[in-house]
Amino acid sequence: MGSASTLQDTTAVRERFAPMGARRLLALGGIGLILVGMLFGDIFAVFVLHQNAARVGESLAAATHAAVAGDAKASGAEIQSVGGFLENRGTKVDTHVHMVAFGYLALMLAILQTWVAFGEPAKKKIAWIFLFGAWLLPVGVFLIHYVGLAYSPLSAIGWASIFADFGGALVLLATLVYLFGIAKRARAHEGGGWSDSLLGDRSAAGRILLAGGLALVLLGFLHGAYYASVDLYKHEAADYAILSEMAAGAAAQNVATVDAALGKYGALGGDKAVNIATHAHAIEFGLLAMMLAFFQPYVSLSEAWKRRWAWVLLIGSLVLPVFVLLELNLGLVAGGIADVGGLLVIVALLAMWIGILRYTGEIDARAAAGARG
Amino acid sequence: MSAARRLLILGGIALALLGMGYGMWYAIFAEHQELDGIGGALATSFGAAAQRNAAGAETAMQQYRELKYSYDRHVDVHGHWIGLATLLILVGIASDRMALGEKAKLLLAVGLLLGSVLFPFGVLLQTLSHGAGPRGLAAGGATLVIVSLAGMTMGFARAQKEN
Repeated sequence: MGSASTLQDTTAVRERFAPMGARRLLALGGIGLILVGMLFGDIFAVFVLHQNAARVGESLAAATHAAVAGDAKASGAEIQSVGGFLENRGTKVDTHVHMVAFGYLALMLAILQTWVAFGEPAKKKIAWIFLFGAWLLPVGVFLIHYVGLAYSPLSAIGWASIFADFGGALVLLATLVYLFGIAKRARAHEGGGWSDSLLGDRSAAGRILLAGGLALVLLGFLHGAYYASVDLYKHEAADYAILSEMAAGAAAQNVATVDAALGKYGALGGDKAVNIATHAHAIEFGLLAMMLAFFQPYVSLSEAWKRRWAWVLLIGSLVLPVFVLLELNLGLVAGGIADVGGLLVIVALLAMWIGILRYTGEIDARAAAGARG
Repeated sequence: MSAARRLLILGGIALALLGMGYGMWYAIFAEHQELDGIGGALATSFGAAAQRNAAGAETAMQQYRELKYSYDRHVDVHGHWIGLATLLILVGIASDRMALGEKAKLLLAVGLLLGSVLFPFGVLLQTLSHGAGPRGLAAGGATLVIVSLAGMTMGFARAQKEN
């Protein structure tokens, strides 16, 4: 009886972070998704975002000036191209956001693996389904702008959207199955608990990431609450008022009014964008730091280096949102510093990912030896 | 598993499913139509302006305003529900590291879960009514989230000191 139980414990310990096991698949796949999503976001911000914003501004100006000249056809065409640029921008942002969000979800599911009441082969299959869907959705969303409605059987939704939705459905299904597994285990172990080296870790790097991450989330929330109560409704009213001013100026053939409104609209767009980016990035990086706190036992680096990378991640996570917010006052200098902050986060994340990849099973082996007695 | 941990983790996963399910429904049945409406209203407004029809331009711009208001909130609800769900699960997993009593942890967990459901729900209700009720609900929910989160941060900070 005792030896059977010991054998079970040993197997369970080995399975917790077994090579290509569900937890390792989700942890590496999740950090990989976040890394690619962040790199994509950086490339998008540097090479597409500003150029795209300039094109939106140019098209809006051209539409308004065409309206001033009484050319309804040209005005409509320019507005259509604004729609095209916004769709291009929207799908790129969605690709970035969904990749990072699915990465977070994968990390969280990796943490919860020991609480899922299925065997390792089933958990692994679900992890593959989750990861397949988590890659399919952002790739599909990215392609929406390029594929359009070509060969689509539907009038409003193209093939890229259909595949993206299918990817989302797979992620939803996999999460639902894991939820079922957790609920099943929670019912079976009423009041009980499970030993897990991930949750039991109290290393300095883990503590720094957990406390720093939650503080970042709180800061992000406070900024969001401030923005929602002070600026959001003003910005929404201004968006409508400025566009109305443009249309009215065009109807009255008043070029000066139109140009002034165009200038104000550009400034408003910048103000909204930096506030939303500050709020979102502070919270996202805070959540990321908290999640990475749990994986510190599996980062195969010395304690000193783990602490250093934890601080690098937190410093980058604070620098990026703070300097994004300062972009309105300090301009490109602040933008450059914010990009450096983003780079720090990416480098620290990459270091931790490599650390997990290097992990050779020392902890599992130690725990297995302990379980054998 | 403690009551606070169970509430946070199961509540968080349920909220993530709600957020994803809602996002999928919105993407399939409403988003494209709403975006087309926004573009169409802007084009109509500028077209009317080109024909020197100031009243027509204003009417179309009002339509744009309503659709944009709705679109922004639908997207926000999806993002906030999932983001808050992530936070609930994470805090739930880490709850044993909080230097607080079980009662206090449970109270904070209830506050965080309630706030996380109500704040985006209030935002969603704003698409149906522009009155003070939905705004109040969203603000109340957000306050609950912030207060609970501040309490939990203190709990983690106290644990840090003790270590």
